[in-house]
Amino acid sequence: MTTAPTTGRGRAVTRYRLFWPAVVLALLLLGNLAFTPDFFAVHLKDGHLYGSTVDILHFGAPLILVSLGMTLVIATGGIDLSVGSTVAIAGALACLHISEAADPASLGTVLGAIGIALVTAVLLGAANGVLVARIGVQPIIATLILMVAGRGVAQLITDGQIITITSEPYKLIGGGYWLGMPFAILLSGLVALLAALLTRSTALGLLLESVGGNPVASRLVGIRAMRLVGLVYVFSALCAAVAGLMVSSNVSAADGNNAGLWIELDAILAVVIGGTSLNGGRFSIGGTVLGALIIQTLSTTVYTIGIPPETTLVFKAFVVITVCLIQSPNFRAKVARRGAERRSPGQPRAATTTTNREVGA
Amino acid sequence: MRQQPVLEVRGLRKEFPGVVALDGVDFRLFPGEVHALMGENGAGKSTLIKVLTGVHPADGGEVVLAGERVRIAGPLQAQEAGISTVYQEVNLCPNLSVAENIFIGREPRRLGLIDWAEMRRRAAELVRTMELDVDVSAPLDSYSIAVQQLVAIVRAVGVSAKVLILDEPTSSLDREEVSQLFTVMRRLRDQGVAILFVSHFLDQIYEICDRMTVLRNGRLEGEYLTSELDQVGLVSRMIGAELAGLDRLAGGHRRERSVPATGRPFLEAEGLARQGAVAPYDLAISPGEVIGLAGLLGSGRTEAARLLFGADRKDGGTVRIDGTETDLRSPRDAIAHGIAYCSENRKTEGLVGELTVRENIVLAMQAARGWARPLSRTVQDALALRWIRALDIRPGDPEALVRNLSGGNQQKVLLARWLITDPKLLILDEPTRGIDIGAKAEIQKLVANLAEEGMAVLFISAELEEVLRLSHRVGVLRDRRMVARLRNDDALTPERVLATIASGAER
Repeated sequence: MTTAPTTGRGRAVTRYRLFWPAVVLALLLLGNLAFTPDFFAVHLKDGHLYGSTVDILHFGAPLILVSLGMTLVIATGGIDLSVGSTVAIAGALACLHISEAADPASLGTVLGAIGIALVTAVLLGAANGVLVARIGVQPIIATLILMVAGRGVAQLITDGQIITITSEPYKLIGGGYWLGMPFAILLSGLVALLAALLTRSTALGLLLESVGGNPVASRLVGIRAMRLVGLVYVFSALCAAVAGLMVSSNVSAADGNNAGLWIELDAILAVVIGGTSLNGGRFSIGGTVLGALIIQTLSTTVYTIGIPPETTLVFKAFVVITVCLIQSPNFRAKVARRGAERRSPGQPRAATTTTNREVGA
Repeated sequence: MRQQPVLEVRGLRKEFPGVVALDGVDFRLFPGEVHALMGENGAGKSTLIKVLTGVHPADGGEVVLAGERVRIAGPLQAQEAGISTVYQEVNLCPNLSVAENIFIGREPRRLGLIDWAEMRRRAAELVRTMELDVDVSAPLDSYSIAVQQLVAIVRAVGVSAKVLILDEPTSSLDREEVSQLFTVMRRLRDQGVAILFVSHFLDQIYEICDRMTVLRNGRLEGEYLTSELDQVGLVSRMIGAELAGLDRLAGGHRRERSVPATGRPFLEAEGLARQGAVAPYDLAISPGEVIGLAGLLGSGRTEAARLLFGADRKDGGTVRIDGTETDLRSPRDAIAHGIAYCSENRKTEGLVGELTVRENIVLAMQAARGWARPLSRTVQDALALRWIRALDIRPGDPEALVRNLSGGNQQKVLLARWLITDPKLLILDEPTRGIDIGAKAEIQKLVANLAEEGMAVLFISAELEEVLRLSHRVGVLRDRRMVARLRNDDALTPERVLATIASGAER
């Protein structure tokens, strides 16, 4: 009845929520060590950090960003399938602007390109938000519209071509270094931190969880659910746009066809692996970051241990299923119970058979 | 009579995170008896039932069914083993026919296809043996909740049940329907079915039950023959102490009903209406006044209240708050004007189950402040602890998940959520339904105190005694129309209100 053990337990629960994703990530990383002895080695070359773990963070940055937005959308009980298309549109718009500018390398041009991409993302997110929150279209359908149409829009912007650019300042976003670290890592880390602060040090997190956990009750306590849900789709689109800038910056090109293709599925997976339920409600920003890193590590593993390309997807699928099962408290409980029965085969097992026999009778 | 029990539980233990729900409970159920499971909210009744039906696995102890030790792994296994359950809320498919509902999951088949004629024939036979007048090919939702409840029992018994568990089956039934249910229960008992009956209506317990097991705080208090334990004895065993003012529970004293000094009403509704929900009605409620709304389920009580809260849009009439005409367009508007509404559906319209007690308590206040002005954790903890203590919410852990709390404690959490917003008008829709007598008395006392401190309360309940005990005035609804507004003086009796409900005219 006192406060002290209460808060202690609260912390224990949070730790518990992140425990399994962390274990899985650690296992994957250690598994790599068996194939690549210098897997954890990080070198400093020309003032830049290099190494497999740095690569995982670097290449995982766009997925982390998209997954952050996805986390909040899923917390409200929705889903955003359009993020992949938003990635493509943002990259295409930015690269188009830079390629048409008089001086592609000037800071003004690059800031202009970033501005165009972000403003467009706000509009796209708002469109999703209006469809879902105001008109009441099912999120999966509402965002499917933009997922399909947006891919077409991206191709229209690039005219079906791959727009290549040369712009040093733009290159920084996805491919550059700052303070020795790949800038993309810092950027995604910053957004993750902002998302965590925004949701947990304001009441946003609580209200989102309430809306996702019980929309009817949330309306009756006076939560402005419509506005919140709309905002969340805007945030998701913004995250996707930044990811789009990153992807196109990294390769100095915009590819309307392939940029961000299927990233929505990886993002949903990352959120789920991170411990946020697709039913909405409780969410975990930290869990999502871990989830995205698990997926990226998996992709890296496929290359480093040299799995033949034709079995890559099967391998990935197998690992993902395993991860999801380990994550599931129900599954763990079941395994634990089985184990206990095997150790003391006397009573409960026999009881189950009794039940079955009665059915037969 | 002392044959072997059909179901015996020994030393049953069940823990939830932070809560020991059952602690070494023993329980016996004999064939051919109606056995009451009694206890306050949180005593462990629901948990015991859920363990018996395989919803929750037990953490310790053993279950012996027909002399053999069993482990019930899930609801299906429980059914197959002969334990069938009918819950408070009817768990059937309202869009399917009665026959389909009875046979769902075990349809009679011929050549691998469902034999519809056979299904209808057997369903009709089952229904007939229960002496129910039901067309088995009609969709279930064309019948009242009571009949649906009975269909659920037919379904449960049709699975050749040895043990039938009825969890609060009467909470949404009227008197006529309850006696119909009891007839069916007696018939089944005479056929040798063991019936476990959970109800908060003591009169019903004494009418139908042969024996009872009393639980308190997750422990076994005792097992008694109904004839050996009177109502006061039962209640004191349930709460574990002689509750001060137990006589009040028995309905002995009505509360002092001095009408508050008439000032300007806090809220006046004139001709307030919504098509298909409630016909135009007038209502004026002053600070310190308790107005009761009486009427059968579905008579428009909830609908009338929802209009006052902006939960539904009115399509006629006006609302004046403190004398100013106000358009309540949403719950948010109503809350801003100091109106609070505790829905009758705690789970679906009230609480957010996966959030903690603390989070549920601060939710309304936080929603009013908006997301950018969070209540600090210190303030939240202080508020939660204060109200947990004030309302005696159990377990007293602000970080417990609300869905793990019992019904009465959930109701208290809901009350706490609104009380911290210090509303001017508190609308309580069936606040005591499905909760035990101790919590009921506490909530009634709380309502009386709040009104004395100047809060206006609109109190909706199907229990007339309760309405009369608390209210200054009573509005009677029938068929979605307010048929009478009665002053609650000594001349007003439950019988008179009942007559008004029945006839639709003021007596």
